[in-house]
Amino acid sequence: MATAPMHLMEVKQLGVKFKTPDGLVSAVNGISFTLDRGETLGIVGESGSGKSQSVLAMMGLLATNGQATGQVLYLGQDLISMPKADLNRIRGNRVAMIFQDPMTSLNPYLTVERQMTEVLEFHKGMSRKDARVKAVQALDAVKMPEAARRIGMYPHEFSGGMRQRVMIAMALLCEPDVLIADEPTTALDVTVQAQILILMRELQRDFGTAIVMITHDLGVVAGLCDEVMVLYGGQVMEQANADAIFYRPSHPYTAGLLAAVPRLEGGDAPMLAIPGAPPNMAKLPAGCPFTERCAMALPKCGTERPPFAPAAHDAQVLRACHLGIDDVTRNLERLKMEQGARA
Amino acid sequence: MIGPRRFVNIGPNVNPLIPAKHDGLVNSLSQLPEPGNPPRNLWADARRRFFRNKAATISLVVLTLIILACIIGPWVLPFDFDAADWDAMSAAPSITNGHYWGTDDSGRDLLVRSLMGGRISLMVGVLATVASVTVGIAWGAVAGFMGGKVDGFMMRIVDMMYAIPYLLIAILLVTILGREFYLVVITITAFSWMDMARIVRGQTLSLRSREYVEAARSIGVPTLRIISSHIVPNLLGIVVIYTTVTVPGVILTESVLSFLGLGIQEPMTSWGVLIADGTKVMDVSPWILLFPGALLSITLYCFNFIGDGMRDALDPKDR
Amino acid sequence: MTDALTPNQPLLAVKDLRVHFPIRGDNAWPWTPTRFLKAVDGVSFELRAGETLGIVGESGCGKSTLARALLNLVPITDGSVVWNGDEMRGASAQAWQAKRKAVQMIFQDPLASLDPRMTVAQIIGEPLRTHVPGLSNAEHNERVLAMMLRVGLTAQQINRYPHEFSGGQCQRIGIARALILKPKVVICDEPVSALDVSIQAQIINLLKELQAEMGLALIFIAHDLAVVKHISQRVMVMYLGRAMELAQKHALYDSPSHPYTQALLSAIPVPDPRVERGKSLQLLQGDLPSPINPPSGCVFRTRCPKAIAECALAVPALRVITTETQSACILS
Repeated sequence: MATAPMHLMEVKQLGVKFKTPDGLVSAVNGISFTLDRGETLGIVGESGSGKSQSVLAMMGLLATNGQATGQVLYLGQDLISMPKADLNRIRGNRVAMIFQDPMTSLNPYLTVERQMTEVLEFHKGMSRKDARVKAVQALDAVKMPEAARRIGMYPHEFSGGMRQRVMIAMALLCEPDVLIADEPTTALDVTVQAQILILMRELQRDFGTAIVMITHDLGVVAGLCDEVMVLYGGQVMEQANADAIFYRPSHPYTAGLLAAVPRLEGGDAPMLAIPGAPPNMAKLPAGCPFTERCAMALPKCGTERPPFAPAAHDAQVLRACHLGIDDVTRNLERLKMEQGARA
Repeated sequence: MIGPRRFVNIGPNVNPLIPAKHDGLVNSLSQLPEPGNPPRNLWADARRRFFRNKAATISLVVLTLIILACIIGPWVLPFDFDAADWDAMSAAPSITNGHYWGTDDSGRDLLVRSLMGGRISLMVGVLATVASVTVGIAWGAVAGFMGGKVDGFMMRIVDMMYAIPYLLIAILLVTILGREFYLVVITITAFSWMDMARIVRGQTLSLRSREYVEAARSIGVPTLRIISSHIVPNLLGIVVIYTTVTVPGVILTESVLSFLGLGIQEPMTSWGVLIADGTKVMDVSPWILLFPGALLSITLYCFNFIGDGMRDALDPKDR
Repeated sequence: MTDALTPNQPLLAVKDLRVHFPIRGDNAWPWTPTRFLKAVDGVSFELRAGETLGIVGESGCGKSTLARALLNLVPITDGSVVWNGDEMRGASAQAWQAKRKAVQMIFQDPLASLDPRMTVAQIIGEPLRTHVPGLSNAEHNERVLAMMLRVGLTAQQINRYPHEFSGGQCQRIGIARALILKPKVVICDEPVSALDVSIQAQIINLLKELQAEMGLALIFIAHDLAVVKHISQRVMVMYLGRAMELAQKHALYDSPSHPYTQALLSAIPVPDPRVERGKSLQLLQGDLPSPINPPSGCVFRTRCPKAIAECALAVPALRVITTETQSACILS
């Protein structure tokens, strides 16, 4: 029997716990996915869903009171249990990350050139001069005008969009296999965001990088991602390819999110609000974390955690819900009608 | 018209606006009240956090003991602080003759003198602190709120005060006015209020541009009411913290002055005086220096740990 | 001073409003000329009772400064602001105080706009204490409680502190505080930008209900055109302190006249994979110019895909294109 080809990145039951003065709090609880070359995975969630913590765990960047469980396999090697020295050879080199706020992610006291050449000197052992040449090429690749002149400037001399390009260029210096982007465009204006997203698409096409994109913006996910994972309360609610998520959402939370997003197109249909507020991670119910806000919750949803399994209607869709997709869709239509009647 | 709402308030939740602190994601979440629990006061929060800090709590206990000893001790102990015991001049500490900490070169019991000295030092410390905190707050709040030229002028005065070498002025004042107790307090106050003024001014400046102050202006709240109900209550945290840090500084200043012979006059004594006496006979009677010195050091440590504890307890980032 | 409105008189008429902030380094020599940051540079619009005007723009366009200028929270450099028939530019503090009863504001950061040392009851009651001090305690408390319940909070939360609430609940407190005096106009400065998507919809729906119930006029400021679409009747698009387009909602979204509006609309990511991947983007090149030294003529010309030579010559005024649209582009 032939062995299955190794995935570029395979995450198995990733969990993150934090030691707080009030006990152990679980921020992430059971995330699994696979990623291959050229694929894009979108991780969608609101505040407190654990999306940022999960990728920080993957990169070994958790806070000191955090501990990661499960496995994060990069080409078969587990990043979580790896010694720091080995992890450092992979981080920044094969697996790179870009963060939300470029101003605070770049060192304000070093020129952009220094920060970029540092990466190359450490990972590739290049000399300062060679590294500088490569860095200017990288800035050209991210379409920064006058790269050779501006590389000597300090981060605060750039605008937000330009800084984010610098971050992307830095992340791509070593031509990594996986790029993890933690809300890279949230802090940017929408026109700048459009530029950055197009840039990421082009880079992916040119270099074949796999991208893990964390965001709360469903529009960004729609434009960029093939696979989508919807998180709530640290657990995966639904995981499927983009078409299934957007056109046939099978989880009340996914459906609720899609109905709550204000839309440009379409009429003036009022947005369907999801009542309540994001969950208290220290006091999650034993069952599904979305129970208290779910308009179609069954009594057992609060006590029995729904198994995360392939859906009945489509084995490619993984979901964690006691209701079937037909019930979810029907309930959603009913809610929309009630909302329309009230308005 | 509105229909049944499904706002289920199972306690307040992750506040998406409070960014996760670097050293712990959800430190304060599980402390949020459930409906039906009494509301949580910020001061009660701070108290809890303070008592979780072991160093601060122990320091509080030790400091309380020292204060009690200084107040009650001289009444309880058999010796007077200025009574010479002719049988035990410069006697080493011993249990048998009742001089637990020994005597100085005039035969006076060191323990009683140390505690009496503690009374004076602590009293000077508290009085000078209260005075300098009051002056500092008034100065800083006015400068911070008025802004512009008034602020600039007031802060240049502060800068000038920093530039003046206080020892020279202290010598001058002592020479001209004498060494009464209240004069020592005034001299120390005169050089300790600037820190508080700067801090209060800085805090006022930052509070002035807070959104809730802007909201109050947009509502039309008059300026005085903004200061009294929005700015001052939010200053108190910083003021408390820096007060606990000012006290050891003041005590130390008093000790320095006394050490140099510019502070408290004989026969009254303070830790500084005792340490001054002790250094003179350090090689033959080390206990005369060690015991008061240790007492002073421990007191200062306690204040510093308490100050640290208060700073952590009242840290605005924890809210 | 008139309080009664003739039927056709707008609640608010702003003409050519300018807010310029002087910039001078503290260390500059006294003879260095002061430069000005032109945050708002000539904006005109009207607001009628009961309608919602959306003001949209990206960062640096001056929309927040505009909101604050309307309430005299920042000094107005030039232009006229007429509230209820009274010219308010240069008006005395007492005149503004009287107006503040009728014009309230909701802020962007829900938690920061609440005094952390005051309880919810005190926060919501502050406008009452300021403008209606003669109320008895019982009546004051009753009105505060009624407002709290109206915005979706519960009576048990009345003595809680802001930090004990989530972002959405804090914004509800802000709304309660703004509405307790039953104002005529509420200026909402990005009220949902800091909230999660699922909570945004709650707050927007709440605002719409309250507007219908209380007959409020809203000025809704946001950077997200999709959000603005759900709540506004007319929308104004701002860029670098000037108005680019001011139109009825359907006209703006279906057939935008100004190139900037077109670029903005095409840049917004749509949560629909087929649409999003198939759409043709109008990318804006370059960066936002400096508001200290804006480009001559049309400020948008440095990034506009349709710019021609004439655009640099004169500042195009917001002129009427159709009954529903005004645009500041000479090519419209």
